[in-house]
Amino acid sequence: MNMTAELWQMVVVCFSAVFTGNILLTTFLGMCPFLAVSREVRAATGLGIAVVFVMSFTTLLNWLVYRYVLVPLELEFFRFILFIIIIATFVQFVEMVLERFSPVLYQNLGIFLPLITVNCAILGASLFMVIREYTFTVTVGYGFGSGVGWMLAITAMAGIRQKMAVARIPRGLQGPGITLIVAGLMALAFIGFTGVLQGR
Amino acid sequence: MISTTLSVLIVSAIGAGLALLLVFAERTILDYGECEITINEDKKTRLQGGTSLLDALTREKVFIPSACGGRGSCGYCKVSVLEGGGPLLPTEEPYLDKAEKEKGVRLSCQVKVRNDIRIRIPEELLSVRQYDCVCAGVRELTYDIREFRFRLEDPDRMAFIPGQYVQVLAPEYEDSPEEVFRAYSISSDRRDEGFIELIVRRVPNGICTTYLFDHLKEGDPVRVNGPYGQFRLTETPAPMIFVAGGSGMAPIKCLLHHMVEIRCEREAVYFFGVNTLRDLFMVEEMNAFQEQLPRFRFFPVLARPEEGSTWDGETGLVTDAVKRRFPDCSKHEAYLCGSPGMIDATVKVLTAGGMPLEKIFYDKFS
Repeated sequence: MNMTAELWQMVVVCFSAVFTGNILLTTFLGMCPFLAVSREVRAATGLGIAVVFVMSFTTLLNWLVYRYVLVPLELEFFRFILFIIIIATFVQFVEMVLERFSPVLYQNLGIFLPLITVNCAILGASLFMVIREYTFTVTVGYGFGSGVGWMLAITAMAGIRQKMAVARIPRGLQGPGITLIVAGLMALAFIGFTGVLQGR
Repeated sequence: MISTTLSVLIVSAIGAGLALLLVFAERTILDYGECEITINEDKKTRLQGGTSLLDALTREKVFIPSACGGRGSCGYCKVSVLEGGGPLLPTEEPYLDKAEKEKGVRLSCQVKVRNDIRIRIPEELLSVRQYDCVCAGVRELTYDIREFRFRLEDPDRMAFIPGQYVQVLAPEYEDSPEEVFRAYSISSDRRDEGFIELIVRRVPNGICTTYLFDHLKEGDPVRVNGPYGQFRLTETPAPMIFVAGGSGMAPIKCLLHHMVEIRCEREAVYFFGVNTLRDLFMVEEMNAFQEQLPRFRFFPVLARPEEGSTWDGETGLVTDAVKRRFPDCSKHEAYLCGSPGMIDATVKVLTAGGMPLEKIFYDKFS
């Protein structure tokens, strides 16, 4: 594939990762922190940025390890274990950096920072990257796009929930109930983006 | 197709490599270098950054009060950070009011020393020492309250103001994996030099009380920090009302010894609230105080006197007894010691009787 076509595919994949194939609203991965940390826009954005960072770099790292270690040694089946190890290491690293340079965000995110490791969206993005046989350039767009898509979803949810805090929700639906309904409505809205750009 | 062993080894090697990378990252990213702590614009100390302010100060033998051991759940370890403490953390928010936040008060267990930092702490904390003591005796006062007598070994004298408390260190033992400090008021006479006594009530599953009741034996070493606290007699001639139940008697007893020491002529009344007759203790000592202090009266208040008992003293809640005897207490001062619930209830009764809030002094132990 020549340079321009590949770059165009990267843009298309990135766009679809954010909107039409949103990893949270379309494939429903990464729902736990989505429901738990989406109460306040500030915390949601903070977590979202951390996830963008982790997702972009881990998909690239995992691509490199898959292509240059697992494939030559015919150990593709090890990808599940190895991807998780790499993700865990990377998240620990992010934690250290945050603790040093932004102690407030570190404390605000608290337990949710190490929980990014077991966020299935992170592992999911790496595994999709393998299944769909993306090249390195396309993975750059895919990882970043998935992260941005996840962050978009959680920030939007936080904004909606902050507004809902003053609304009168029926008792049975308060909390997770109404949040899931809103998530469903958001997913419906995002389907509207299908077909905007041709490509996967 | 390479063998299973080799493939497992390869993946493990990659894992190990990543772990090493993390160790290296921790050494570099989390290395804060040498930092200087300046206390009260005077005392300076240099140390490796990365520890909490509380730990750093403890290492420098400056003992900030702490009941939860640095977990951020007691709020005792407040210090004023003038510069270099970083932003206020969400774990500190619940313990600081607006005025404190404006003055830069922080929880020293939550502040991490990352750079040079200037703090201000009350002068008296600088005279807090660590005392190595020996348990010189244990006296059973009731089924769940004991009096502990400690002999001070190193240093062998403690200069304290009657009403102050010490923090007892409960070391690790079977069911307690880490050291904790717990605060107890000194109950002994200040003139009893070289010794301190504490009155402790057993708390079910309490870490420190289980240590004191079940593990500490006469002759065992024990460590305390102190003295701490602002609870003490005022210098005015105003009449006083003491309210304390159970082990809350400790600081009151210390105040009474002090009153004998200085030949205090002030009128004083002590309402000692207990549940039943078997919770009553130190009655002889209180009677002795009534003889030595002609203007002191002791009123034990029984919440639940048994059927057919010959109790002819006060009954009911201690707050009701206070209300009965002092419907107007506007000229008095009050000294309270007990649970937050009891203190809040008593404060309500006293303010209703006309006592201004500034005249009510208390030591809240939860």
